[in-house]
Amino acid sequence: MRLELLKALNDERAARRPAVLVTELANGEQRLVKGADIAADPLAEILDTALRAGKSRGVEHEGKNLFLTVQAPPVRIFCIGAVHISQAMAPMTALAGFDLTIIDPRTAFATPERFPNVALLAEWPQDVVPKLGLDQYTAMCLLTHDPKIDDPALLAALKADCFYIGALGSRKTHAKRLERMRAEGIGDNALSRIHAPIGLDIGSVTPAEIAVSILGEIIAALRKKPLRAEKAA
Amino acid sequence: MIASDDDILSTAVDWKAQGRKVAIATVVETWGSAPRPVGSHLVIDGEGNFVGSVSGGCVEGAVVAEASDVLADGKPRSIEFGVADETAWRVGLSCGGRIRVYVEAVN
Repeated sequence: MRLELLKALNDERAARRPAVLVTELANGEQRLVKGADIAADPLAEILDTALRAGKSRGVEHEGKNLFLTVQAPPVRIFCIGAVHISQAMAPMTALAGFDLTIIDPRTAFATPERFPNVALLAEWPQDVVPKLGLDQYTAMCLLTHDPKIDDPALLAALKADCFYIGALGSRKTHAKRLERMRAEGIGDNALSRIHAPIGLDIGSVTPAEIAVSILGEIIAALRKKPLRAEKAA
Repeated sequence: MIASDDDILSTAVDWKAQGRKVAIATVVETWGSAPRPVGSHLVIDGEGNFVGSVSGGCVEGAVVAEASDVLADGKPRSIEFGVADETAWRVGLSCGGRIRVYVEAVN
């Protein structure tokens, strides 16, 4: 492997950008395909599938044995609201291997007693979210129902093109939310990406069941369809 | 701390920056129960120091030896380990699986 190629691969990883290193096993020829360039690549479909699965693998293409070293940034989930549903989300996301952070400025909610072993930020989303580096491998769950707390995070998530954005609340609550977002200049295309009411429709009743439906929806958004960046590219 | 395969690739660049010869071994195929998944890396220097893993420690020694050949002639190669291989008498996988490892020099 050329050193420049290895460095480029490491740089993409450090920047949380997806990339695939393609190696022809017979002769050692290699090239790096950055996430943004995948759609235009001759191997677009194969690379896209491998990247979505997030796993390195060998493939046969036009009689050549290729190995794909896949680098997909680890998925992060942010929950706005240190609420009952987030308490259930914490152990579930840990089991599923996702990195969870809970944000809630209300210190009565955001206590370590309620959230042992979870990254917890007792701060206003407008103060802390800009520092988090939201990107296309980030999921954002809005769980407070309170526009003061939810909206700044929602705006940031829409602008950062997070692969999943879900918002708790009735259809009526959501209609008002959409009005507020339009007033902020967000277009209908972007607004249609918000999953609301949040979670898969599995008839969830308890907070834990709702957490299951949210996690299922996040996984479906991650694995089932191309990530936004890959589609747009 | 070497926490993931990604950190291991960073080590390869660090070692190279120190003027060491560096080879990278990658698990490119597995059959049956293999200890490390496809895509796992082992980074080896010219002195036989290594970080990472391609198995549970069963075949690393052989991969390190192969790496010194790769570093000598610069040619990448694939090697297969497992119970079905005649080398199983020397280095095999006690889990009964088989793996193919691709070894290349960083240059």
